[in-house]
Amino acid sequence: MTDVLAVADHRQGSLRDVSFELVTAAAKLTEQTSGDLHLLIIGGPVEEFAEKLNLQGVDVIHTVDEGMEFNHDVYVQAVTQVYKAVAAEYVVAPNSANGLDYAPAVANTLDLPLATDVIGLDATDATLAVTREMYGGKVATTNELDGSAVVTIRGAEWPMAAETGTASVKTVDFSLDEGSVGSRVTGFRETTGGGVDISEADVLVSIGRGIDEEENLNIIRELAESLDATISCSRPIVDSGWLPKNRQVGQSGKVVTPDVYLAIGISGAVQHVAGMKGSDTIVAINTDTDAPIMDIADYAIHDDLFDVVPALTEQFQ
Amino acid sequence: MKALVTVKEVVTVGDEFEIEGTEIPPQYLETELNEWDSFALEEAVQLREADVIEEVVTVTIGPESCENTIRQALAKGADRGIRIWDEALEDVSQLDVNAKTDILSAVVESENPDLILSGVQAGDDGFGATGVSLAREIGFQWGAVVNHLNHEIADGVAAVRRELEGGIEEETEIELPAVLTIQSGINEPRYASMRGIRQARQKELASVTLTDLGVTSDAVTPELRLTDMYEPETESAATVFEGDAEETAGRLADLLENKGVVQ
Repeated sequence: MTDVLAVADHRQGSLRDVSFELVTAAAKLTEQTSGDLHLLIIGGPVEEFAEKLNLQGVDVIHTVDEGMEFNHDVYVQAVTQVYKAVAAEYVVAPNSANGLDYAPAVANTLDLPLATDVIGLDATDATLAVTREMYGGKVATTNELDGSAVVTIRGAEWPMAAETGTASVKTVDFSLDEGSVGSRVTGFRETTGGGVDISEADVLVSIGRGIDEEENLNIIRELAESLDATISCSRPIVDSGWLPKNRQVGQSGKVVTPDVYLAIGISGAVQHVAGMKGSDTIVAINTDTDAPIMDIADYAIHDDLFDVVPALTEQFQ
Repeated sequence: MKALVTVKEVVTVGDEFEIEGTEIPPQYLETELNEWDSFALEEAVQLREADVIEEVVTVTIGPESCENTIRQALAKGADRGIRIWDEALEDVSQLDVNAKTDILSAVVESENPDLILSGVQAGDDGFGATGVSLAREIGFQWGAVVNHLNHEIADGVAAVRRELEGGIEEETEIELPAVLTIQSGINEPRYASMRGIRQARQKELASVTLTDLGVTSDAVTPELRLTDMYEPETESAATVFEGDAEETAGRLADLLENKGVVQ
């Protein structure tokens, strides 16, 4: 019997999808270990969240009514307190910007091994096998851990739990050590607003690292113009300052669902795919036949974009 | 103030490679300065140029062969480097977060920095956790996934922005000393100039062992046992357009016409 403590993720009054995915992942784990699944909700409208997360597989929901937004000091204290109180073995947290801001500190505080960005979990007796990726997704690995551990799970790898459950809800008698809180959230800001809204476009011509140099964007502009399409991009193009943030598709950019998504010179990192996988038709142009983008493409051209793109533009001029 | 920047030499894999057991043979591997660490380094150098920081020190866990990468960091403006290696590390195929934390915390103890900058993640193992784990270990404050740092640090408080998902940034104030894990795009990392490369040859690059740091070999015993490595199965169901560029472009043009993208 090995119990699991899963920690929900929310922002600005809404639960994030990964909270429901966590329930699926952690419930499967407790099935394997014959243990209980404890779900922890820290901050925000905890009662409302508890109602929404009362899902099949969850045994107990613990709520910590402390602040409306994320604060890593509060999270570290709450997770470690509840972990000890319920005598859980595994902590499962999201591999989100916030998960990465407290889960390593929880592992350090509890002196537990840590496996992050996990895409597979398999428990047998006292051993936990975790699947992770390395080298930008080119390789998958299995790592085994004995005993207790903290793991963070990648978003969109598990389906969202939806079936209503019969969990009991408990309010945690939480005492915050105010002296240890050394950071304060002072606000939020949107970074993808202003100008063109790529999420409204029917056709996106999207460009990635394969474009090599800023000047080469010209061939993409010509293509987009000939198709009356909107230009979007993956993260490295924004990081390089070649296109503004409001053109970025992906986890930290915008989610898009156009009729046609032309992925040009984009390998398809998981963060990018998160933002465009809902496109109706995906066409990938890339020399790397094993690029992850090929897994979700409907049509593919395994060729050099600098040959294909001008030839395509010519078709419409 | 002094800044310590973690600099990792990461392994990259080309499009074509093979796996033998739980390793990729060296002929398929290349190395480079971790992309995220180059942003962290640039931020530290800019802080020194703004007179906020007086000294930028890099710290690297790696064998002698990674000194070229450390010299690159020195050429880009770091003042001196520290490289940690030990026999006990030679057979460790994957260094756990806790092991890195123990090693780096010993360096922090001897260097006593005010600010530690670390890349959000490493391009090879991608744990994305060492900075926060280190902060907790040494009792520093921290911020993860930082994509903006106000260089006017007043009263020992750093104002940062953290990149959240969905185009949202969180504005946060963090008391120093602190560890910040730096996200790509926070700045534009500079290229090493010829002058910088020449100067880097003269800069101090200290080599220390775990024993020097008072870290026992038990601390680096892996907690995660790497038992399998494989190429993820390709699940592509894509219709592949074959032929030269003109042929494939023609097929794609037909498709776009059928989809009503162009008339």
